[in-house]
Amino acid sequence: MFGLDKKDTSKLIIVACLALLAPFILNPFPTDSALAQFNAGYPDLMQRFVIFGIFAIGFNILFGLTGYLSFGHAAFLGVGSYSAVWMFKLIGMNVIPAIVLSVIVAGLFALLIGFVSLRRSGIYFSILTLAFAQMSFNLAYSVLTPITNGETGLQLTLEDPRILGVSATADGSIPVTNLFGLEMRSTFEMAVGPWAFQFNAGYYLCALIMLAAFYLSIRIFRSPFGMMLRAVKSNQQRMNYTGLNTRPYTLAAFVISGMYAGLAGGLMASMDPLAGAERMQWTASGEVVLMTILGGAGTLIGPVLGAGFIKYFENIFSKINDNVLHTWFSFLPDGMEDAVVFIIHPFIGKGWHLTLGILFMLVVIFLPGGLVEGGQRIKGWLSRRKSKDGGKAAGETNPAE
Amino acid sequence: MGILEVKDVGKRFGGLQALSNVNLSVQENSVHAIIGPNGAGKSTLLNCLVGKLIPDTGSVMFDGQSVLGRAPYEINQMGISRVFQTPEIFGDLTVLENMMIPCFAKRDGAFELNALSSVLRQKDILQKAEHMLEEMNMADKRHMHAAAMSRGDKRRLEIGMCLSQEPRLLLLDEPTAGMARADTNNTIDLLKQISDERDITIAIIEHDMHVVFSLANRITVLAQGTPLVEDDPQNIRGNPKVREAYLGESA
Repeated sequence: MFGLDKKDTSKLIIVACLALLAPFILNPFPTDSALAQFNAGYPDLMQRFVIFGIFAIGFNILFGLTGYLSFGHAAFLGVGSYSAVWMFKLIGMNVIPAIVLSVIVAGLFALLIGFVSLRRSGIYFSILTLAFAQMSFNLAYSVLTPITNGETGLQLTLEDPRILGVSATADGSIPVTNLFGLEMRSTFEMAVGPWAFQFNAGYYLCALIMLAAFYLSIRIFRSPFGMMLRAVKSNQQRMNYTGLNTRPYTLAAFVISGMYAGLAGGLMASMDPLAGAERMQWTASGEVVLMTILGGAGTLIGPVLGAGFIKYFENIFSKINDNVLHTWFSFLPDGMEDAVVFIIHPFIGKGWHLTLGILFMLVVIFLPGGLVEGGQRIKGWLSRRKSKDGGKAAGETNPAE
Repeated sequence: MGILEVKDVGKRFGGLQALSNVNLSVQENSVHAIIGPNGAGKSTLLNCLVGKLIPDTGSVMFDGQSVLGRAPYEINQMGISRVFQTPEIFGDLTVLENMMIPCFAKRDGAFELNALSSVLRQKDILQKAEHMLEEMNMADKRHMHAAAMSRGDKRRLEIGMCLSQEPRLLLLDEPTAGMARADTNNTIDLLKQISDERDITIAIIEHDMHVVFSLANRITVLAQGTPLVEDDPQNIRGNPKVREAYLGESA
């Protein structure tokens, strides 16, 4: 289907089902139950899942295929966000021009940074990209204040021209982002018994774009271009002595992944029209590296899983506080309850990074291929157990004969 | 006029004059061996031919065009393929994919942004790669990871990859170094077959005299960075100068 083989089509279908049914899948617990805080089916959070999914899918095209580890991809995300917000300020509140511009601007920016950074490989490449990203961050934070509005961040105001729209709505407020009239924030709530499911227009736009981005990445992975990128990772020397110029291949991969990051940034601004310099900070660049490695670098579905995994834990673990813990462990005797809460305390709330760090370490040590490798191992273990059972059954029948 | 003409090439590394006044003419469709004791400058010369090093003096002409100052990939696209001392293949890719990449390089040139069509739809490339694998007797290994193969197989694959580009000149850098006798003989047979069946010139750098004398129809002896003799194999064998270079004056 769509020019994909059977396996890839099934991957696409799995991701499509996960994305389109996310409001159900992420809301397994009734609204009033004690477990409701593990629900993640809120528009805001679901949007972040798929947007960071796009970011990680794009990053994986560079890192997973060519092995070039960029530590500055957040710069493209930030540039995309700024471009989109400027589009909302100048043109109008429709998200399409904003997203298109953010992809183009991020692509051009990636061309510039990639052209310089790709003169080196390995750790030097990583450091160059990191330096560029920090430069961009600092420029956005201070020097380029007229464009970026510095530390306050770029926001919409009532004075913006919006030549194809209105500066202010009839009731005097700032108009909201929309897709040809469909407001991104509009949410349809469906109550089924004790459950409440939320279907948000913005989320579904992001999800559809993420599916398109995922489909495109499958095509790239399976194309001659993708094969050349894997060859770059495997042996650049052989590439050069086989008449292939590695530079344009790596640069093309860099620009494509930069455009994915710009798309993610543009979508982020489309969901919530503001852009701040902190989106370009090195921690944001590091996060996408974590997502890709955690999910499984070089695999198709890994980055999506990694992005969802990290964003879920970020939101859920950081929401748990001591009070919640006390209610959970209230069945324990008083002293023990306090002790248990004391032990768990550093891992929750603001300390959720500690939990993430431990999870990341465990995955890297025991599952170097990321969550995808974990899935494969479970699958292999199940099929082995099944065949063993089959073998046992056969063994039992043999003597009877 | 040979297909490869090296004129007055010199190369200095700091205080070491690695090559000086190297003149070499490789005739079309011959098998030309470059031999010499350790440190004679054989590898430096080879690196000057493929664009890895640029000589300080002299010229290197391939088929009437200068190769100096061109990047390795450009020189390869001119028709020179190189086989390395330790096989350089794409270890993470399958054997078939390894064979497809030079086919793409031959068809599409140094860069082609072919990002949306599936590899499996490139019927001409697949066919050519499969054909080459059969010719190299490796068709049964096509889905194997290249890194998992034995050294002899890797060497075979690398030679096959070079041949699938249909080069006019094949450069081999000690192709049998570190190989067992049986593997060495297989490689000799393979190279013989290649030079007999194809319209190709082979230049080979080699240590092993057995390999040199079973393949070459022209030999250049290099010593201390300059060519000592260039002659036919039977004359090289008895040449006292060559013995001296290899065994020292006392012999």
